[in-house]
Amino acid sequence: MNELTKIETTLKDWETDQEVRWCPGCGDYAILKAVQRTLPQIGADPAKTVFVSGIGCSSRFPYYVESYGFHTIHGRAPAFVTGIKLANPELDVWMVTGDGDGMSIGGNHTMHLLRRNVNCQVLLFNNEIYGLTKGQYSPTSRRGTTSPTSPGGSVDRPANPCAFALGSGARFIARGYDVSKDLSDVLVAAHAHQGAAFVEIFQNCIVYNKDVFDDFTQKKVAADTQVWAIHGQPLVFGAGKDKVPTKGLARDIETMTLKVVDIVDGDWEAAGVMVHDQTNRSLAHMLVELEFGPFPMVLGVIYDDPRPTYDGAVAEQMETARAKGRGDLAGLLAKGQTWTVDGTAQDPV
Amino acid sequence: MANSTTPTAAEAVTVRFAGDSGDGMQLTGGQFTLSTALAGNDLATFPDFPAEIRAPQGTLFGVSAFQINFGSTAIETAGDAPDVLVAMNPAALKVNVAALKPGGLIIADSGEFSKRNLEKAKYDSNPLEDGSLAKWDLLAFDISAQTLEAVKPFGLGNKEALRCKNMWTLGLALWMFDRPREPLHDWLRAKFKNKPEIADANIAALDAGHAYGETAELSGPIKQVHVDPVASEPGLYRTITGAESVSLGLVAGAQLADLPMFFGGYPITPASAILHHLARLREFNVTTFQAEDEIAAVCAAIGASYAGQLGVTSSSGPGIALKTEAIGLGIMTELPLVIVNSQRGGPSTGLPTKTEQSDLYQAVYGRNGDAPMPVVAARSPADAFECAIEACRIAVQYMTPVMLLTDGYIANAAEPWKVPDPAAYAPFPVKFTTEKNAHDVEGNDILLAYKRDEKGARPWIKPGTPGLMHRIGGIEKDALTGNISYDPANHQHMTDARKDKVEGVEVPDQDVCLGNESGKLVLVGWGSTYGPIHQAVRRARKRGLDVSHVHVRHVWPMPKNLGALLKGFDKVLVPEMNTGQFKTVLRDQFLVDAQPLTKTSGQPFAIAEIEDAICDALGEPRPSQIGGEVEVNDTQLPSPETAAQ
Repeated sequence: MNELTKIETTLKDWETDQEVRWCPGCGDYAILKAVQRTLPQIGADPAKTVFVSGIGCSSRFPYYVESYGFHTIHGRAPAFVTGIKLANPELDVWMVTGDGDGMSIGGNHTMHLLRRNVNCQVLLFNNEIYGLTKGQYSPTSRRGTTSPTSPGGSVDRPANPCAFALGSGARFIARGYDVSKDLSDVLVAAHAHQGAAFVEIFQNCIVYNKDVFDDFTQKKVAADTQVWAIHGQPLVFGAGKDKVPTKGLARDIETMTLKVVDIVDGDWEAAGVMVHDQTNRSLAHMLVELEFGPFPMVLGVIYDDPRPTYDGAVAEQMETARAKGRGDLAGLLAKGQTWTVDGTAQDPV
Repeated sequence: MANSTTPTAAEAVTVRFAGDSGDGMQLTGGQFTLSTALAGNDLATFPDFPAEIRAPQGTLFGVSAFQINFGSTAIETAGDAPDVLVAMNPAALKVNVAALKPGGLIIADSGEFSKRNLEKAKYDSNPLEDGSLAKWDLLAFDISAQTLEAVKPFGLGNKEALRCKNMWTLGLALWMFDRPREPLHDWLRAKFKNKPEIADANIAALDAGHAYGETAELSGPIKQVHVDPVASEPGLYRTITGAESVSLGLVAGAQLADLPMFFGGYPITPASAILHHLARLREFNVTTFQAEDEIAAVCAAIGASYAGQLGVTSSSGPGIALKTEAIGLGIMTELPLVIVNSQRGGPSTGLPTKTEQSDLYQAVYGRNGDAPMPVVAARSPADAFECAIEACRIAVQYMTPVMLLTDGYIANAAEPWKVPDPAAYAPFPVKFTTEKNAHDVEGNDILLAYKRDEKGARPWIKPGTPGLMHRIGGIEKDALTGNISYDPANHQHMTDARKDKVEGVEVPDQDVCLGNESGKLVLVGWGSTYGPIHQAVRRARKRGLDVSHVHVRHVWPMPKNLGALLKGFDKVLVPEMNTGQFKTVLRDQFLVDAQPLTKTSGQPFAIAEIEDAICDALGEPRPSQIGGEVEVNDTQLPSPETAAQ
């Protein structure tokens, strides 16, 4: 996308006249506000902004943002986004999807959007449940999730959206959660990234999967269970006295993985804690794969290393072709071996 | 050729080249087609090849054939029964010989009739020697050895040398039909620009085949045949296949609409060729997108339409099935979209390389909900150009998806085409909405994204337009604002509005393409059955029968006068390559007693099949029962597939 002229707007400018119809207390409200807070911050132009979604609770999002919006069909938003960006690369496209929409029915399209590196922001609201269809377990539900379709507890293993995205070739991977005060910073970084920016946002489904993320989102546990990946900063967590971190992530050379180490007196260097490098793809793989529980939840911009975009490359090819001159239709129709018939016309029948 | 001895002048001739799928028969056929066109004959072709790219050599299922019918009068089908069969091996002979006209000529490569190849073709004895081909003229000689001899000076390996066999055969065919070799020489030199020794070898093979004809004339049944040029309308001509024609028509349609085109496709037989053609036309403002699947192909096309381009997607039946939900979204959000369906045998994977017209219900009715959509059907490769333009016009003028039906036969077949002048087509430039289009009660300017114009179309608003931000989607919309609406009366209104819009699409009145405006019998066709129906009706009328031909391009909505027109005939017969789908639609729409004439063998109708049905419907004897009046190619045929069983 080309540099857009920054437009002055306020949060109010991004609200529509439509009544928001999520359940009271749904995490989507907080995400909507974070987005509406972010858009003025990045100088977005409502006329050039397009929100595209599939189907599900998250996919109602476009109706509530005062920009162009396209609420499409289940799982296919990435394909619509691709068509929109190829038709007009100038548009700033945000795709909103969920764990069912983006990882299940639309998993294939998500993969290809990321692999192609279409220049857009992908916000995947992960609530680990099908909300709009009344609470069936989803591809990200933890094993043992009881639901109308898994009364004895789900037995299939959950998918890991960030690992999936990275495996698909995404060049930007970030995580946040609905009520996080830092979500807006993550969105700003996603928007700044040229290419497909994948953001997994943990979102509390208050009705069907209440508080499943409390283990790391609750204020009282947050410091001990969240690592915020910040480029150039040590990967530390654990709030000791005066908020000095007590733990960090270090290389485990033996197993070529990461391990949790204790930090004494704030000296993370002595403890061997790694400094986050958002362009290190191997590190990104390790961070997204860390199992929550033995490890903290890694949030923030985990990976950000741009490559040329698909829509940019297509536009370039189109430009090269057009530079040779506009195609001559009459010439095209008469292409190849031709012959001329002369003489008087007769009815051939 | 009216009898079994080959005359020196003929009105129309049908030749079938048949060989292994690796023998280059399609290439031979294609080049023979070009030389036929250059000779000024009218022609129609029928490539018939297996779904396997390289089926095991010498097997019955690996046989690839190319049939061409050419003549000095109008040719509209690839011909019923070939006059000449070129069989490059025993399997090709076995699969195709039953189709050959009695007294027709077989040219066989005896060098390939080895014990092993005979076994593969399930022959107990060598048909070239056992007398089983007695009702045909047989010319069997060792083409393989002749070819090897001809290309000897070029030092090719045995395998490469034998690859020149098809050119040797083509050389013989060029001699038989009195054609110049120079265009082929030029073509071979261009094709093997970087391998001059291969070009020279092929040219030597071609020339040797040609020379062989001159020599063999003295001793064998092979005779030179001359077919006069057809008297056609003056102008510039080329040959065109349906796939090319659809591609060019779409480019022309987008230009007439003054829009860039976006084409989303996914490889599928027989539709891929359209994607191949368009991928090379970027300078015409055509963006092609090879999607990850059929669904993504149509969704990206709708996305592009949403963003202000002409979105187009293409597939064959199974792929269209996958696109169905998205087409519904296109109908709901009222965005232009052209969907090309190159039909093939179904259901499921069916017969990927064979032709059928069995997706008519799918096109007209095949969606969830009340989801009306215009459907246009091309009758021939050349006609597909006009139909593609028509589909583009309807899509942008009525803000709707439109389906363009062709089929495997049209997609692959070639015919001469008078190159049209783009300036002769009336442009239909799109005007995007750039200003608010209504006032609220207080007099403020507002946008009503679903306010309809006189055609029932809503405004087309490109994202990026200042001040017109709005949201659309697949949930039912308010009749004016386009906001989500679950209001019962609104849904009733919108269902009606979508139906009225599509039914109100202006289409030209239906004409009678041959015969009277009323009478005893009318044959109503659509799509690629045009050729055989037209020829059958022409022959029947020549014999004094009261029969007319109506061929419907606008399958949905149908021409307003069609019902009254059909009611002017005592009987209505609907030939189609399915189990009677259009017949059912006609009955439903007009309460006419339309009778079916159906065929689903994967092969186009033979003229004779339809002519017999005309006679049966009129209570007249069939031509074969009268005797002595059997015209060219009138033999009733089993299909090659059946013959192979």
